[in-house]
Amino acid sequence: MGSGHGETINVTLKVWRQDGPGDAGRFDVHQQAISTDASFLEMLDQLNEQLNDAGAEPVAFESDCREGICGTCGVMINGRAHGPQKATATCQLHMREFRDGDEIVVEPFRAAGFPVVRDLAVDRSPLDRIVEAGGYISVNTGAASDANLTPVPKPAADMAFDAAACIGCGACVAACPNSAAQLFTSAKIGHLGLLPQGQAERWSRTESMVETMEEFFGSCTNHGECSEACPKEISLDFIAFMNRDYMKAKVKNRALAGQR
Amino acid sequence: MAQSTEQRYRVAPVRPRRRQWPFPLNLYQSAVGRKWVMAVTGIGLIGFVIAHMVGNLHVYEGPARMHEYAESLRTIGAGLVPKGAILWLLRLGLLGMFVLHLHSAITLSRMSGNASEKAGAISGAKKYEGGRDHVAATYASRTMRWTGPIIALFLLYHLADLTWGWWLGDDFVPGDPYHNVAESLGNLPVAILYVVANVALAWHIFHGAWSMFQSLGVNNPRYNHLRRTLATGLAGLILVGNLSFPILTQAGLIDEDGRTCPVGEVEGNACLAEQAADH
Repeated sequence: MGSGHGETINVTLKVWRQDGPGDAGRFDVHQQAISTDASFLEMLDQLNEQLNDAGAEPVAFESDCREGICGTCGVMINGRAHGPQKATATCQLHMREFRDGDEIVVEPFRAAGFPVVRDLAVDRSPLDRIVEAGGYISVNTGAASDANLTPVPKPAADMAFDAAACIGCGACVAACPNSAAQLFTSAKIGHLGLLPQGQAERWSRTESMVETMEEFFGSCTNHGECSEACPKEISLDFIAFMNRDYMKAKVKNRALAGQR
Repeated sequence: MAQSTEQRYRVAPVRPRRRQWPFPLNLYQSAVGRKWVMAVTGIGLIGFVIAHMVGNLHVYEGPARMHEYAESLRTIGAGLVPKGAILWLLRLGLLGMFVLHLHSAITLSRMSGNASEKAGAISGAKKYEGGRDHVAATYASRTMRWTGPIIALFLLYHLADLTWGWWLGDDFVPGDPYHNVAESLGNLPVAILYVVANVALAWHIFHGAWSMFQSLGVNNPRYNHLRRTLATGLAGLILVGNLSFPILTQAGLIDEDGRTCPVGEVEGNACLAEQAADH
């Protein structure tokens, strides 16, 4: 699949346009001649310059770092979150993944928890609500402690690091037929719950984050679409870890509350 | 002022939090807990399906042994409790598992529907107007909400057919399952219905028996590949065993040509019991 370097390809872009939250949306069709060395977002930049020159409204889309670590740029490309390339955020996707004459459908991430702000930009703040509910550890400030003061088992460190790779882009929710946020939430819970520093708040964190997640998102049916769409390839194993910890948390938090 | 702006644009919860019920009922209030209930009841129901299938294999030993097996179910714990008491306890447990499995499935589907389909409705679109591409979801996982109701409806038909005898009428003989099976499954449309329903059941278990490990949090990367093997094996076993009944009846393996006992609730069943005792 895809094209070689330095070629110019012609693609038909069907872009979702929506004036604001709650407005009816529509697809606009644009023809683009674009270098295969351009990134997907550079192609949208080029489109916006043309729209600007023509006096039309540019397409609203989000981007920040453009190096695949900030998690702002997600859009649905041809029915796949972040497009056809595995383990790649939209900004790291290049036009060489497409062929001359392709039609490319670009839509915002859709979920009731991700209302459309404008065009391709969605409000992903419910993910922030989940993190606020417990995605942190409490540490007293003061003089920095010695490095390596807290031993971490190597397998736990490795697994926590895999979970910490989550950039919070919301592709898991977008790809999920149930609009469930299990992969995101379990990555945060797994990241902190596996490390010694996260143990004190492990059970209250799990209970609180899961219950906040369920206010905004759907229920997991183990399709596995989230992990396939994830630009950081977070494993479904974390969802099992979260499910196990949630049931334990309900028992342990009750027992801990009884000690007061 | 800044805060009021933030409040105004805050995304509203789809499913606002309710007051918690007392432990352990509060587990059932959360979707994660409800999936856990679905997995546990699923294990129980798979256990029933296997026991039901293995027991029914007695049909290949002829009418007398089938009658003996059916009778033995009613006399479990016969020395201690009245006849049929344990069987009724098992039936009540089974009913309870069905009710919980169905209730959690229906409510969780509605929760997911609210979280996904309403997303598009806001802007006059389907969830994804341009269609979407499934990568990991299997056909089985995406049809759970179809195979489930098919199995539930078939179950009602199956009970009316071979437990209550609604459709066989006078041909239905309580206590003579061999005769009833031969009468019912000898009918081609009925046999086809049984085949379709059991394919749906195996399809449902193909995803369910894998999915339950995730829901219960039974996960060890070293052994995870065995979960798919187990689910496939279970689905295959149930498919082969259960499809054998309608197919072999149609093939003429279960018929009453060689029957020596009369057909009837009193005389016939007594004769079958005698034959089984002689065996």
